[in-house]
Amino acid sequence: MAKDIRLVIKRQANPKSADYVEEFVIPYFPKMNVVAALMEIQKNPLNAKGDVTTPVAWDCNCLEEVCGACTMVINGQARQACSALVDQLTQPIHLAPLTKFPVVRDLVVDRKVMFDNLRKVKAWIEVDGTHDMGPGPRVSPKVQEQAYRLSKCMTCGCCMEACPNVNPKSNFIGPAPIAQVDLMNSHPTGALQRERRLEALMTEGGIADCGNAQNCIKVCPKEVPLTRSIARLNRATTFHGIKSWFNK
Amino acid sequence: MSHSYFWRKLHSLSGILPLGIFLMVHMFINSMATLGQENFNRGVSLLHNIPYLWFFELVVIFIPILYHAFYGIWVVYLTRNNIENYRYFRNWLFYLQRVSAVITLLFVTWHVIGLRFSEGVISNNITFEFVSAALNQPVILVLYLIGLLASFGHFANGLWSFLVSWGITVGEQAQRTAAYGSFVVFIILTAVGINALLAFI
Ligand code: SF4
Ligand code: SF4
Ligand code: FES
Repeated sequence: MAKDIRLVIKRQANPKSADYVEEFVIPYFPKMNVVAALMEIQKNPLNAKGDVTTPVAWDCNCLEEVCGACTMVINGQARQACSALVDQLTQPIHLAPLTKFPVVRDLVVDRKVMFDNLRKVKAWIEVDGTHDMGPGPRVSPKVQEQAYRLSKCMTCGCCMEACPNVNPKSNFIGPAPIAQVDLMNSHPTGALQRERRLEALMTEGGIADCGNAQNCIKVCPKEVPLTRSIARLNRATTFHGIKSWFNK
Repeated sequence: MSHSYFWRKLHSLSGILPLGIFLMVHMFINSMATLGQENFNRGVSLLHNIPYLWFFELVVIFIPILYHAFYGIWVVYLTRNNIENYRYFRNWLFYLQRVSAVITLLFVTWHVIGLRFSEGVISNNITFEFVSAALNQPVILVLYLIGLLASFGHFANGLWSFLVSWGITVGEQAQRTAAYGSFVVFIILTAVGINALLAFI
């Protein structure tokens, strides 16, 4: 069965150049995903008109939806190219880079801002030195279970892409780092820095900029309970704010 | 805690307390019209003669409305809506919250200029006859209906959002129940508001 697949790809040669759209027609094979389709273009970089062109650049790594590197906008929605099966997509397949991050080339974006935001909210657990400090504190299974769901975040940026309040006009840090504060605060050692993280969330561009559109939880491929974390931390920051005002 | 956190929270709070409460009281008082012309006029003149009225109007109504409106315009500006690609129920409500914000702002401005400041300064003789004459013009009646629905919707959805923003409803189930609750608030306000409006016709 010789079927062809049509791809409409938004491209950009470098961070400064203008974007343009190029179409491609590539041969179909069963069970192919978007990464495989991009590999076909790489093998034979001809566009739909038959002209030789530069192969489309994209990022990928794990190929099993755990690294987040291949995230792009596929038919209008942010998702991973490696888990987007061609059979389940309407054609022509529209591919575009994520819009909330600077484009490096074609479908490759720079998600540095997400890591900067994790740093901003102190999303790590401080351990005092490298010497043996004996076994860590016990964590109840209930907390472990919640922590596991939060720890699945792969910093892919889908939630940032879908959030209407993350955009060039606002400096909202977005939902992903907020959930990571919930994760770090739930750990008994991490909880020692709890208040510092809450304070970081209460700065400009912090948790208060969430407008409860709840798109983030709908699009997260790892089913991170983002809106629950946001609401929990809304409560925690409110209490912390009131408490510190009375303690001033 | 930065200032932006405080002001943003205050924006959420001001929509409920005092503005939402004021909206409900306002609809309740309007409902005196359903008891007839006499009752309405007596109620209004009683209201206009309570002590420290200017203080209540300033502190409970005008300042919060101005704050909520101006900060709200900024919040609307900061959003980049995306319902074409992400057609989720909550995203629709998020979008409608902004649309209804703009309609409500225009409506309230027009309403206050037309009724409260109709005599240049604060006017003291709003009567049943005056309101009735205005509302019997079909254009004005339709604009009032649109304005009322927009403000009720904005308040009801804002109530849901307030409960999340202040960390009161955290879990999905709680948020869903709160959504039903705010829908009931919307229906009750609409019924009471429109009933009062039609009493002038
Ligand atoms: S709930 Fe908040 S963080 Fe999530 S998409 Fe909406 S505005 Fe963004
Ligand atoms: S929370 Fe989900 S959507 Fe957001 S970055 Fe993490 S894995 Fe991606
Ligand atoms: S390649 Fe890692 S998520 Fe797609």
